[in-house]
Amino acid sequence: MMDAIHFASPPRHEGAETLRQEVRAFLAEQLKDRSPLRKSDSWNGFSREFSRAMGQRGWLGMTWPKRYGGHERSAFERYVVVEEILAAGAPVAAHWIGDRQSGPTILAYGTEEQKQTLLPRIAAGELVFCIGMSEPDSGSDLAATRTRAERVEGGWKVTGTKLWTTNGHNADWMILFCRTSGSTADRQAGTSQFLVDLKNTPGVTIRPIIDLAGQHHFNEVHFDGALLPPDALLGTEGQGWNQVMGELAFERSGPERFLSSIQLIVELVNVLSGRDSDLARAAVGRLVAHLLVLRRLSRGVAAMLEAGENPAIHAAIVKDLGAVFEQSVPEIARTLVDAEPDIGSDHAFQAVLANIMLNAPSWSLRGGTREILRGIIARGIGLR
Amino acid sequence: MSTTDGEMLLDVVDRLFTDLTEDGAMRRARAGEWLGEAWSAVEEMGLPLALVPEEKGGFGIAASDALAIVRLTGRHALPLPLAETMLANHLLAEAGLPLAQGPASIAVAAGAPVPWGRFVRTLVRETSGGGVERVDSWTVTREGRNLANMPRDAVAFATDGSAATHGGLPVLAAGAAIRALQIAGAMERVVELTATHVSERQQFGRPISKFQVVQHEIAKLASEAAAASAAADMAAEGFLRGAAGGLAIAAARVRSGEAVGIGTSVAQQMHGAIGFTEEHRLHWYTTSLWSWRDEFGTHSHWAQKLGAAALAAGGAQFWQFVTEAA
Ligand SMILES: Cc1cc2nc3c(=O)[nH]c(=O)nc-3n(C[C@H](O)[C@H](O)[C@H](O)COP(=O)(O)OP(=O)(O)OC[C@H]3O[C@@H](n4cnc5c(N)ncnc54)[C@H](O)[C@@H]3O)c2cc1C
Repeated sequence: MMDAIHFASPPRHEGAETLRQEVRAFLAEQLKDRSPLRKSDSWNGFSREFSRAMGQRGWLGMTWPKRYGGHERSAFERYVVVEEILAAGAPVAAHWIGDRQSGPTILAYGTEEQKQTLLPRIAAGELVFCIGMSEPDSGSDLAATRTRAERVEGGWKVTGTKLWTTNGHNADWMILFCRTSGSTADRQAGTSQFLVDLKNTPGVTIRPIIDLAGQHHFNEVHFDGALLPPDALLGTEGQGWNQVMGELAFERSGPERFLSSIQLIVELVNVLSGRDSDLARAAVGRLVAHLLVLRRLSRGVAAMLEAGENPAIHAAIVKDLGAVFEQSVPEIARTLVDAEPDIGSDHAFQAVLANIMLNAPSWSLRGGTREILRGIIARGIGLR
Repeated sequence: MSTTDGEMLLDVVDRLFTDLTEDGAMRRARAGEWLGEAWSAVEEMGLPLALVPEEKGGFGIAASDALAIVRLTGRHALPLPLAETMLANHLLAEAGLPLAQGPASIAVAAGAPVPWGRFVRTLVRETSGGGVERVDSWTVTREGRNLANMPRDAVAFATDGSAATHGGLPVLAAGAAIRALQIAGAMERVVELTATHVSERQQFGRPISKFQVVQHEIAKLASEAAAASAAADMAAEGFLRGAAGGLAIAAARVRSGEAVGIGTSVAQQMHGAIGFTEEHRLHWYTTSLWSWRDEFGTHSHWAQKLGAAALAAGGAQFWQFVTEAA
């Protein structure tokens, strides 16, 4: 029962610390003109140029085999790169999903040909991926997917609608999760994953959805009998559910799960530095304490993944604690500083406060809601 | 000592502490009695010397295992000054002073009440210059207690002012690390007690653990215990790092102090009225946790210290500060 609350200790890794300095130097150059407001876009910032530069440095697909364009480096080295680029507020969206989620899925389940054609280009920062899981009637209840791929002559015919597809409008490829047999009553059974070439598949329509912050990040993606070639199937037909569950473990425990509001903490520290206030010191101390412990928990999960364990419950704990923390930051900052949130302001604190506040609600939804995570944790403790 | 030896030792210690904390003993301790036999049992195993290196008179227990024993004192809310004695001997050994005979405790420079002041035979006094002094006689000027009814006494001593220097980590921070470990141990026990209680307690014809809101509260408690556990690991590393470990320990205490607040409130709520009685053992842990999180520096003290360091680093260096603090 108690295994769930004990995390591995992250090892000290000297090579990774040298790498950290290289990444910092690279970021200082790349981001020298990026405003605090844009830095606070966190993983929403999109720049193919930046992602290609990352690829050139060998900082994408870092842990993958060299024969697929990877660099065979350790999970800890990758962790260092990821936390540094997020903490610096770099625009990561053009490689983010491919490097973190789609690439590892292809590596795990793809055919040799799929791996050869796609992985080297993801590692080069040239391919943008998106995730087609959620639907109008299938959110937390992913097994309720209605989108269907039917086996036809010449491949698969896909009909249905995916929703909330982040970067669908920019993406070159989607990994689609849908039903290949049975009905929604069969739940997990009869689901599969597909690789969809979004730029070259007729019958796919992508419509923008504007989010609460007034920005266009996610989309509705409609499949109207779109024809996919036979080799679009990713992994095993009927095994989609198990494949996706493995994918979500990668998605739940990285530094992105507690760094979304880091730029606001930085601006808060800028405002409060030099103020002689017990309250300010205690509040900043609390934020730092949370960051240090979250970082330790998250690196502990990385150590467990590297050791071949399956830390699904630990990952859920990191994501839940991380989201609660990230979302608390604007509430704390606004009580400490006498300034309104104002996205157009020249004052970095006000602009960043506004941007963080407008984006915060999504952090306990994307990648599994707080309520779903708490169900997973309770089960890990032996309840239910 | 190899890891498996260490694990065996921890198993034996865990069983000993279970035996020493049966209900009757806990009642007597909370009523102010000194558990002499229990102390003898602990001494017989050599535990007071667990944090002393072999070459300075210890038993060659790995420091990490010794700190795991400290965590077990928290897990059992052991009503003895064992953790304090372990720390006192550790400090004495580092300062090259003679080790304590019998139970010992710590008097910090800031003047907070001394744990178990009336029952221990040796005190390690932190001097205002940050050194340590071994004190063998003192008077208790006020017998006080913490929220768990454990002795916390005001003391007065004449000193000869002969301070010795020790390893580098300030005494207050070393004590704070010890409390962080105890907090993690007790939080773990609170999760177990609460998860068991909600699985056994029936209302509306089923175990209350079947209600989703109860499950989610337990998940919240477990996550806080996980945070406290990681904080304790961080504090232990800080302790072993010496002078450079202070910020890690400060952060550990701030985070685990918050975990105590959230975690105990869930545990008490999920236990219902029975948890609010002296009969049920939950209160041993709850009340201990409420006190430990403000001993060896209050929560506010450590939060301000950590915050001041971060503010001094400034926004531009903030992330570097985070990656180097622990
Ligand atoms: C910014 C953002 C980006 C996203 N990007 C993508 C993407 O790229 N690709 C993609 O596929 N999806 C994406 N999503 C969708 C995301 O995965 C879903 O929002 C999420 O799974 C929840 O589904 P839902 O929004 O339909 O909410 P619902 O499932 O309808 O949930 C609504 C509320 O009910 C609660 N609830 C639901 N079921 C239960 C239950 N059994 N017990 C208790 N409470 C319950 C939920 O926790 C939530 O609070 C994104 C979402 C956001 C906000």
